[in-house]
Amino acid sequence: MSTDRAPTQHLTVNIVVNGRSRHTTVEAGDSLLTTVRDGYRLTGAKPSCEIGTCGACTVLLDDEAVYSCLVLGAECDGRRVDTVEGLGDGSELSPLQEAFIECDALQCGFCTSGQLMSLEGLRRANDAPTSIDIERAVQGNLCRCGAYRHILEAAEVAFTARSAS
Amino acid sequence: MRAAELDDLTEADVERVGTPIRRIDALDKVTGRARYSADVSLPGQLVGVIVRSERPHATIASIDISAARSVEGVVVVVIGDDVTDYRWYEDDEPLLPPVGGTVRFIGDDIAVVVADTESIARRAAALVEVAYDDLAVMTDVERADDEDAPTLLGNEDIAVDEEGRGDVETAFDRADIVVEGSFRTPIAVHNSMEPHGGVADWRGDQVDIYTSTQGINDVREQLAERLGVEHSHVRVVCEYMGGGFGAKQVPWKPTMLAVLASKITGAPVKVMNDRRSENLAAGKRNATIQHVRIGAKSDGTVIGIDAEIDTEMGAYSVPGEAAAVEGPYLYLYRCDDVRVRTRRIRSNLGPAVAFRGPGYLESTFVLESLMDELAKKLGIDPIELRRRNHAGSDQQDDIPWSHPEGILRSYERVEEASNWVEAFEREPSRRVRRGRGFAAHDWLAAKAMPPGHATVEFNFDGSVHIGLSSQDLGTGTRTVLSQVAADAMGIDMEHIRLSLGDTSTGPPAPTSAGSTTVPTMSPAVRAAAVAAVADLLDAAAEHLDVDRSTLTFDGSAVTSSDPEVDDQPLAELCTDLSPRVVHGWGSKEQTPDDVSPRAQGSAEAEVEVDLDTGEVRVTRVVVGPDCGRILNQRLADSQVLGGVTQGIGFALTERQIVDHRLGAVMNPDLNEYLLPTVSDTCEIVHAALDIPDLNANVIGAKGIGELPLLPVPAAIANAVHDAIGLRFRELPITRRRVLDALSERDAAAANSNDEKESA
Repeated sequence: MSTDRAPTQHLTVNIVVNGRSRHTTVEAGDSLLTTVRDGYRLTGAKPSCEIGTCGACTVLLDDEAVYSCLVLGAECDGRRVDTVEGLGDGSELSPLQEAFIECDALQCGFCTSGQLMSLEGLRRANDAPTSIDIERAVQGNLCRCGAYRHILEAAEVAFTARSAS
Repeated sequence: MRAAELDDLTEADVERVGTPIRRIDALDKVTGRARYSADVSLPGQLVGVIVRSERPHATIASIDISAARSVEGVVVVVIGDDVTDYRWYEDDEPLLPPVGGTVRFIGDDIAVVVADTESIARRAAALVEVAYDDLAVMTDVERADDEDAPTLLGNEDIAVDEEGRGDVETAFDRADIVVEGSFRTPIAVHNSMEPHGGVADWRGDQVDIYTSTQGINDVREQLAERLGVEHSHVRVVCEYMGGGFGAKQVPWKPTMLAVLASKITGAPVKVMNDRRSENLAAGKRNATIQHVRIGAKSDGTVIGIDAEIDTEMGAYSVPGEAAAVEGPYLYLYRCDDVRVRTRRIRSNLGPAVAFRGPGYLESTFVLESLMDELAKKLGIDPIELRRRNHAGSDQQDDIPWSHPEGILRSYERVEEASNWVEAFEREPSRRVRRGRGFAAHDWLAAKAMPPGHATVEFNFDGSVHIGLSSQDLGTGTRTVLSQVAADAMGIDMEHIRLSLGDTSTGPPAPTSAGSTTVPTMSPAVRAAAVAAVADLLDAAAEHLDVDRSTLTFDGSAVTSSDPEVDDQPLAELCTDLSPRVVHGWGSKEQTPDDVSPRAQGSAEAEVEVDLDTGEVRVTRVVVGPDCGRILNQRLADSQVLGGVTQGIGFALTERQIVDHRLGAVMNPDLNEYLLPTVSDTCEIVHAALDIPDLNANVIGAKGIGELPLLPVPAAIANAVHDAIGLRFRELPITRRRVLDALSERDAAAANSNDEKESA
């Protein structure tokens, strides 16, 4: 019990967030989710299940989609983290974001950042994803509103447009 | 202007309504900019974490907060003895039980620990030591009639509510056939992706509350009354909310605790449930046990319906869930003799609250399973059987349905879109069976939930602001109400900004529940827009010194029939009229009383059952919801996808598992409470009807939220029966249950073979 009452340990990390190297202070046990939300004030990634089941907190860590609630912020020192806020180019939306709007691949929007980041992870890893690749990419992202069919459609639209161009 | 004074919306009046315009707030959602309650961060904000009961039923012997309070960063620990002025459940039970008070389920709120950060508050909350004196526990309501069952709060006298008409007993004497069974539906949990909770900022005698709710006005009024302050001193904001499905249609304790913590500490405080709390203490669909029999003539005419229903409503009464469980039996089919006897039984589990299609979903599964059985036994096509029992009127109040044939149109559309009459392959391989099922449904709420109000103002450049205090749950309220206003004024959407989600942005609007926002608010918004145009013409007539009757507005300019008068482009006119603000007020105050507004529909589902694994896969669902006029096809499609997906979950995977010996929920998380994933979905076909129901309201739109969910579990269960000949009377239809039922049947078959051989 005594450790629970001990003063909180803080440490400074330097993470390349959405392409920009930035310092922040984290508590030793803080997840990457807490680091991104409270440290960097980027609230697109959402706390929801907090045990790595729902995917609402998905971000990219060195280009790979991860549940940020399962990664310690301290582990990310010196690494690259991308969040939904970095998806577009300035006020230009990315093709995935455009497709989500066009296909209405969302309702309440709470899981949307995670869905987008899982698909962005796929996009970075795979030049020509198949329908199965797309479904697998978002299998770990729950959507209680049930926008799944529109999410698959949006991904197809975005990825098809890319391979056509 | 009152909506009652409006003319019915005709095809000539609609240009933007009905088109698949993009959701206007989608941009915020795909960029991470949409601000939900937990994203609110105010200067100096603290975080509160709730300490919850570890016992299902106990009195509190003591609470020791000394260890928690000594953690660096903890600001205050609030327990029941600190907040004795406040009542909560049923306006009677203490907000937090004091020492000596009672906790009634695992997860019942005991204290809130407020600290600088969430991780500190969580660590400190774990150090609050509560000693309990255990009381007798009952989580299984099937024990309620046992002699040794403990008398729980509210169970002192378990009343039987009886509703119906005619004389059921004699009706069954006349029946040629009776189908009956005992059915069970599980506790299901909303599990919105965004938990309940919010941020409260108490300043002086006023408080701003940012909370995830389906009813900002209701939160404002109820919390103001509990706090003993004027409504005007409470502002409630819910700009974006991450799913509600009914669970957020009433205020909940985390919001109230945030308010009190803010009052005590003098700082803004955030209190959000974690996922476990969401599963234990934030509402649920109640479990039901339903004994139902249906009597019919040999031609399929239903002549008697008799239902006995027990519902498990948890430890406290919260409005909404079991309230309408009798509905489908009373309303869906023509039948002179109906009796529904319902008991609402308390248990030592978290309270139930409305969940999408509350009550109706549970009983639609039962009624439509039995109708399918009746059809099969009589050799009548399931859709034909429903047609033969078409009601067309509300037999409880003896008034016609608002659209007496809406549900018949749904049958036609679903029959056609599903190729119902065509041949269907049932044995694609040796170990897989395919089946298809049909189900119909009623829904009561198309009558709307007035009053609802809206304001419309022209800005000085001619652009438009609409103010109302509804909230958009993700259904698309912002978008469709903007479309309605745009058509009423002839002004393009890009010139309109609609504010909602804040009690200070507009006059009162009802809680968004039961698919009633569209039928309530779309008439109010149209009335406000029409009134604003009338005010524009009044102002223009005065300004131009012309007879008002010579003026018309076409959306871009006010023009006069007098050729001497120049056209007045809107922007210039509004500038000239300034500082006068051209505006309109609209309200929807009544529901029709000469018709019964219903929103009904039907669904067909196709499944594959794997005989080796017991897995049921839904391969296609076709739904035909009669939601009246479709305001936006794209958004309606999204509602359909969501409803069907939730229906698949309720049919196949979702249930809260309770260990009755421990009085404990075994799956209070998203690992073991199985929400549908992307791979559990299938092709979903929206067999859209789009029939304006102008008897329901002047817009003809009835709301769609509940509809695409309601018939789906029954259609799936009927499809499973069609595939393997087994009828599941308990949901969800898990692999275990399918395998058990298959092996039971195999054993019975083997047994009867043995008997034959030995004979």
